[in-house]
Amino acid sequence: MSGSDAEIGAAPFVRLTAVTKRFGAASPALDAIQGDIKGGRITGLVGPDGAGKTTLIRLMTGLMLPDEGTVEVLGYDTRKDPASIQAAIGYMPQRFGLYEDLSVQENLDLYADLRGLPLAERGRTFAELLEFTDLARFTTRLAGKLSGGMKQKLGLACALLRKPRLLLLDEPGVGVDPISRRDLWKMVENLTAEGIGVLWSTAYLDEAEACDHVLLLNQGKLLFAGSPQEMTGRVENRVFRLSGTIGRRRERLARLLDQEEVVDGVIQGEAIRLVMKPGLTPPPIEGSSSSRVTATPPRFEDAFVDMLGGGPGGRSRLAETQRPFATDGGRPVIEARGLTKRFGDFTAADNITFDIPRGEIFGLLGPNGAGKSTTFKMLCGLLKPTAGEGRVAGFDLRRDAAEARNRLGYMAQKFSLYGDLSVLQNLNFFAGVYGLSGAKKRERIELMTEIFDFRAIHAMSAKDLPLGLKQRLALACAVLHEPEVLFLDEPTSGVDPITRREFWTHINGLVEKGVTVLVTTHFMDEAEYCDRISLIYRGRSIALGSPDEMKARVAGKELPDPTMEDAFIALVQGSEAKEAA
Amino acid sequence: MSVDPKKLEAERSGRARRFAALVRKESYQVVRDPSSILIAFVLPLILLFLFGYGVSLDTTQTRIGLVVEEATPLTRDLAASFQASRYFAVVNGRDRREFEDDLVLGRVRGIIVIPARFAADHAAGRDPAVQVIVDGSDPNTANFVQNYAQGTVANWERQRTQEGQGQPPAIAAEQRFWFNPQLTSRNFLVPGSIAIVMTLVGTLLTSLVVAREWERGTMEAMMATPVSAAELLAGKLLPYFILGLASMTLCVLLAVFLFGVPFRGSVIALYALSATFLMPALGQGLLISAATKNQFLASQLALISAFLPAFLLSGFLFEINSMPTVIQWITYIVPARYLIPSLQTVFLAGDIWPMFGRAIAVMFLIGCVFFALAARSTRKRIG
Repeated sequence: MSGSDAEIGAAPFVRLTAVTKRFGAASPALDAIQGDIKGGRITGLVGPDGAGKTTLIRLMTGLMLPDEGTVEVLGYDTRKDPASIQAAIGYMPQRFGLYEDLSVQENLDLYADLRGLPLAERGRTFAELLEFTDLARFTTRLAGKLSGGMKQKLGLACALLRKPRLLLLDEPGVGVDPISRRDLWKMVENLTAEGIGVLWSTAYLDEAEACDHVLLLNQGKLLFAGSPQEMTGRVENRVFRLSGTIGRRRERLARLLDQEEVVDGVIQGEAIRLVMKPGLTPPPIEGSSSSRVTATPPRFEDAFVDMLGGGPGGRSRLAETQRPFATDGGRPVIEARGLTKRFGDFTAADNITFDIPRGEIFGLLGPNGAGKSTTFKMLCGLLKPTAGEGRVAGFDLRRDAAEARNRLGYMAQKFSLYGDLSVLQNLNFFAGVYGLSGAKKRERIELMTEIFDFRAIHAMSAKDLPLGLKQRLALACAVLHEPEVLFLDEPTSGVDPITRREFWTHINGLVEKGVTVLVTTHFMDEAEYCDRISLIYRGRSIALGSPDEMKARVAGKELPDPTMEDAFIALVQGSEAKEAA
Repeated sequence: MSVDPKKLEAERSGRARRFAALVRKESYQVVRDPSSILIAFVLPLILLFLFGYGVSLDTTQTRIGLVVEEATPLTRDLAASFQASRYFAVVNGRDRREFEDDLVLGRVRGIIVIPARFAADHAAGRDPAVQVIVDGSDPNTANFVQNYAQGTVANWERQRTQEGQGQPPAIAAEQRFWFNPQLTSRNFLVPGSIAIVMTLVGTLLTSLVVAREWERGTMEAMMATPVSAAELLAGKLLPYFILGLASMTLCVLLAVFLFGVPFRGSVIALYALSATFLMPALGQGLLISAATKNQFLASQLALISAFLPAFLLSGFLFEINSMPTVIQWITYIVPARYLIPSLQTVFLAGDIWPMFGRAIAVMFLIGCVFFALAARSTRKRIG
């Protein structure tokens, strides 16, 4: 048992003893998990998608039983007495478990009845929860008509109806705008003050930093249990920022990553963030006197990558085989001019304007439902704009949408592969769709097979691949026809940090060869990899600039070094204040 | 061990409240979800109208070619009775070859030839023959044409006999149809389609709504509350049981008042039969959704395992007696097989309780089997 556990003497609310769970013959979804969840604090269940987070939570609810080991919740064994556990916990599954065609009040009534909340206590409890969640004005609205953030709060309210001792939240922060996410976090913190134990599962590593205690899962194994400070302590004094005139930062990063003493590195706005081997500092940048190296506080993700043995190298074979695109006359490769899309009286995208020059990564950043995908689809020629125009690679999307689409590679959210086709069949299919044939087609597929190491898995169905391989395959399919423009829809949300780095190494390399990239993401860290971003909120672009400019705009006395999320929140609040004025 | 009566009481009232809450929730959803209304009320209407107006198993006005090889008063008289028949629309010709192509192309459904020696044979007292040529690739129509042609000739003979112009046939079979004297197919199709409608509501709709809860994650949220698996099942069943009966009532009202189908039995028999039938229908729906947890699969399974058998293996459209023996065995586990004849009887004949009692007993038994299976596979467990 670690030191921090000894400080809190009380018995744990959840005790996991050598918990193993298998689905089919594959490697176990959970492998001998050992850990405690205590009352009065937020325990983060952290890990990429597919790590086993949801399975572990379901084991705690007693809705699933372990194959080996025991799960004890509030003193009851889930095998013997699931009913007693279910009477004492609050559980919010992914997608919140709300009935969309019931109103806010009807959902509350239903769960109050199911949880056996005495009639006498209802008036007070409802009033408290509605106030707490700020939903009092919306009691008659159907749950399906609420925004993502409001749904999440209602889901929480339903789980809290009969004050649980243990609250299990399965990825409550996914896809919700950062303001609602912060609100929710504060609400949950208040609960811990009353002694309630909270389990908050997440794939976002920045959320992990805010927890009191963390269980880090990766591929079904428990990598770490302890406080986030303990975790980041691993890489204390080993994290640096390279800023100033550092030339072509993507190229430089690629070279740095190949050096023996560099454990991990990512682009962070104009700067490069590096994790070094213990006791080493980054090498000086030759030929640049104004560049600076500053030590910077470590983050959870730095420690996670270090724990996994460091990130991949900086070399992208994909980029090396890419023919370079010449910078021709400086005309932007992607242009959006006042793009507007209305569905009935709802404006999904309102007057969106931006240019992307060749060889730039441009990000559309915003919560789910803000209008990112709508803008994206208009630029792919999949959706006809109500007003405004878009051009890709010089082709007007209204007239030559097909021509424009031939120049772009598209990687859809959650990697839209054909799950029932094998890896090779997927490659063949996408090659055919993009008009490759004969020797050229064989050559490109062979190349992708080599670069991404697909040979051994050619015959596997795409749906059976682990998430990281799926992501590689989706990228391979999108670049088969050597597009000059890449559209990436939430490319790395939920994948493990190693896979994410590998992915961005390829993208960075392609960009160096003149490929132009448009990314949508709700994931603040991913925005840092972009040259410029447009903040999309409620259909409008409320700010446009480089990530560093955005952060500089909101930096002040209270926030000397704001994160991207701080910037987002401040800019949204600023735009709302302006609107109200 | 002593049991605290107060605690027991609280437990009981908690159960009642949970059940009421589930039923209320389900009712709101039915009312607000257009797809439930569609399956429970619109689809039945479409089916009923289809069977009431569109589909008819009666042959009326089938086009035939009539060839009279030799015009005599006798053959003209027989030809006239074909022309007067309400079953045939007659095209006249002199030679069967004129109609060969038409028959192949389906422009006529049969050729009836009154041969040259018909009058001579008739006069000589030999059995005169009429040739009927039909398209065997469409056996149903072929049979109808053949039977109705025979009937027309027989009628003609009888009429001549009554008018004293011919010899009486050795034995005259006189047909009399009980209960549906006009033999209107609508009168037995519409009661039968009510069984189909209840299969839709009971099995298809129920399996869809349970699968939807799995897909949307609401089932998981509910299971993590103190509600028991039995309460969850019962909370689903009651609303759809009532919806099924409501849908049936609508159909019966339409059948009687719009389509003029006679209703000779009692309302009690109607509801007793329908309510019992809903047991296997709902049980099957629950079993399907417990097994699949996916709306697409659930709908496919419901259509194949409930809707199609109710259509094809229940005696609704096809005689069970003329099915291959193996298929006949299978029909014994199709609940609609027991309901449809009973419903037809309630409408057209009246209450025949011995028959209903047997049907109710068998349907109840099948229902119990489905419920037992559904209850076994619906535990409060995921995966």
